[in-house]
Amino acid sequence: MGATHLPATEFDGTGVDDQLEAEAEAALGEPPTRMVQLLGHDGTLGEDPVFSAYANRLDAEKLRGFYADMAAIRRFDQEATALQRQGQLALWVPLTGQEAAQIGSGRASQPQDYIFPTYREHGVALTRNVDLAELLRQFRGVSNGGWNPKDTNFHLYTLVLAAQTPHAVGYAMGIQRDQKLAAANATPGQPQEPKAAVMVYFGDGASSEGDVHESMVFASSYNAPVVFFCQNNHWAISVPSTVQTRVPLADRAKGYGFPGIRVDGNDVIAVHAVTEWALERAREGKSPVLIEAFTYRVGAHTTADDPTKYRGSDEEAQWRAKDPLERLEKYLRAEGMADDAFFAKVKADGDELAAYVRKTTHDLETPDIRTAFANTYAEAHPLVAEELAWFEEYSAGFADEASTDEADTDGAANR
Amino acid sequence: MTTMTIAKAINEGLRATLNNNPRTLLMGEDIGPLGGVYRVTDGLIGEFGADRVVDTPLAESGIIGTAIGLALSGYLPVCEIQFDGFVFPGFNQITTQLAKMHARSNGNLTVPVVIRIPYGGGIGSIEHHSESPEALFAHTAGLRIITPSNPHDAYWMIQQAVDCQDPVIVFEPKRRYWLKGDVDTESPGASADPFTAHVLREGTDATVVAYGPLVPVALAAAGAAAEDGHSVEVIDLRSISPIDFDTVTESVKKTGRLVVAHEAPTFGGIGGEIAARVSERAFLSLEAPVIRVGGFHMPYPVAKVEEDYLPDIDRILEALDRALAY
Ligand SMILES: Cc1ncc(C[n+]2csc(CCOP(=O)(O)OP(=O)(O)O)c2C)c(N)n1
Repeated sequence: MGATHLPATEFDGTGVDDQLEAEAEAALGEPPTRMVQLLGHDGTLGEDPVFSAYANRLDAEKLRGFYADMAAIRRFDQEATALQRQGQLALWVPLTGQEAAQIGSGRASQPQDYIFPTYREHGVALTRNVDLAELLRQFRGVSNGGWNPKDTNFHLYTLVLAAQTPHAVGYAMGIQRDQKLAAANATPGQPQEPKAAVMVYFGDGASSEGDVHESMVFASSYNAPVVFFCQNNHWAISVPSTVQTRVPLADRAKGYGFPGIRVDGNDVIAVHAVTEWALERAREGKSPVLIEAFTYRVGAHTTADDPTKYRGSDEEAQWRAKDPLERLEKYLRAEGMADDAFFAKVKADGDELAAYVRKTTHDLETPDIRTAFANTYAEAHPLVAEELAWFEEYSAGFADEASTDEADTDGAANR
Repeated sequence: MTTMTIAKAINEGLRATLNNNPRTLLMGEDIGPLGGVYRVTDGLIGEFGADRVVDTPLAESGIIGTAIGLALSGYLPVCEIQFDGFVFPGFNQITTQLAKMHARSNGNLTVPVVIRIPYGGGIGSIEHHSESPEALFAHTAGLRIITPSNPHDAYWMIQQAVDCQDPVIVFEPKRRYWLKGDVDTESPGASADPFTAHVLREGTDATVVAYGPLVPVALAAAGAAAEDGHSVEVIDLRSISPIDFDTVTESVKKTGRLVVAHEAPTFGGIGGEIAARVSERAFLSLEAPVIRVGGFHMPYPVAKVEEDYLPDIDRILEALDRALAY
């Protein structure tokens, strides 16, 4: 089943996308890939022959949960940006605009699934119950990770673009082997472990890296239970997605032999539906899936970036009109699923989260470099032991000075 | 005790680890029905099936990257890189991902991936089939690198690499694949710890350190030196990262002179590291500067002139002469 066979719904595309699709059509002589959308910009729910069934599984409580998650992660994003401005974080990677893509997909995963993020997936982290303050360790420079991936099946952030995509496929190949072994050793009547899949996130820029290609070849060759989730936020720092691809990214899946779907990435209901469909398909061993969530990075690439240098504010305004939170709010209110009290509570919870994050960030402890000596290798290593011994002896020579400096050091940590 | 070639010893070692540990699996290009271009995996797919002896797509980054994912999910992948010169498409995965995953996760994750790389020249091959890139990997913390020089070590080292919780690169001296020797499959004996150096020949006047393909050359040079009345100690380094500096230093304290020989270019190579360490640890024992014997600072030359490039007995003897002249 290729992308073009999938149902499509209305979407008033941006100029960028229209141009892309027109070019793809001209180049391939095929109709352009349409986009799955359920929740329109006006907050009304549309029909879809395949995915409405998935949307119908969502009750009011789940939908309110989506809204609360999106609001929480946006508030967290604002707080982290502020912390960076105050010098508490070395860098921040904002996600505003991409909340629906992340909450919708993350909430479609199950605890036994394993997720490989890039570095902007704070919303997905929230859905995996990662303590959000832990995410800040890396950006504060006290850790290169900060959480134990085994606790939540949410892997560490990866800064080398696309490097995590083959890891995801390998992990999925491991799951595949586990399931085969379990099936072979199963005793009748004994409950089976729930089937699992892997989901891996990457951006439109990263889609140009060779690792994405290689991992898709592996995924297809071994039919690995993996879902590739590409957030096409239209920019790779300052380079538009038109420089990364001449065809809709979802269409690339066809070349590897598995389905690709483009979904309105600002429509949390559609993202959730499409991702559930894809993960179910992967868990059942039917095939890998590529999902392209068509969304937009409303703010800067990172706090080190200045988007006014490369893009117009009109483009940003156009996308703000498709805001994922406003859209869902309209729907929830129109259907009588949420009232003022609910939205006030969400706001209050957000402020509480922000206060927690602010406090926890200040308290994040700087590790002793001895932990780096300890963690370079899993097993004892003579060179590390030798250098650590040298370091201890060298440091001991400063012991007297250290005790007089202690007050200053504390001051620096609390600055 | 049985006699076999290095290639066969690795094959038997892989067979043993596949038998002993259901989570071991092999991955690489052409390693299935063909048995690898050097036939090191010969027959294994027939015994263990395609899920455990995986003929991969032609993609080195994909091989290493998916091996990392398999290791994260509890498997023990052994990857074959077809030739030394083709490891570079996978270099990113090895150095930025494989080597660092344990440290980045604050010790929570281990990635026990093994990468086998046939390396070195002397087989009259064409471009990219004769290189010795070990120093490029040794410089990266988080990796371990070993290189057998004889069948007994080859048989045990591959299994020890699989048992190790850290990523291990096994550089296999391809021109010695057909070298025969005794293998004790019952016990590793002195080879129980793969990260140690072995003194293969005792001597009192000078020490020669070599590894992998140059070990037989160093032994032959020591034999020739003995005819001239010089007693030369020969050390097989076996492990390139970590390096067993204790064994090397101890020897130098006894002999006072050190020659380090490897095929890789001298500049920026393992020999320089050993020279620096020995001068730190045994400066007062040294009667002569540490002398390096290695390849030249050039791309590996065409096969017709590789004899001029590769360190041979005479090059090691010349270095010994220089050391002994002090
Ligand atoms: C291999 C590699 N090259 C370059 C970079 C520097 N870099 C960081 S983010 C980025 C743009 C990524 O764009 P995209 O994949 O679309 O993801 P987005 O940040 O937009 O979510 C670049 C070039 C990197 N991290 N890794």
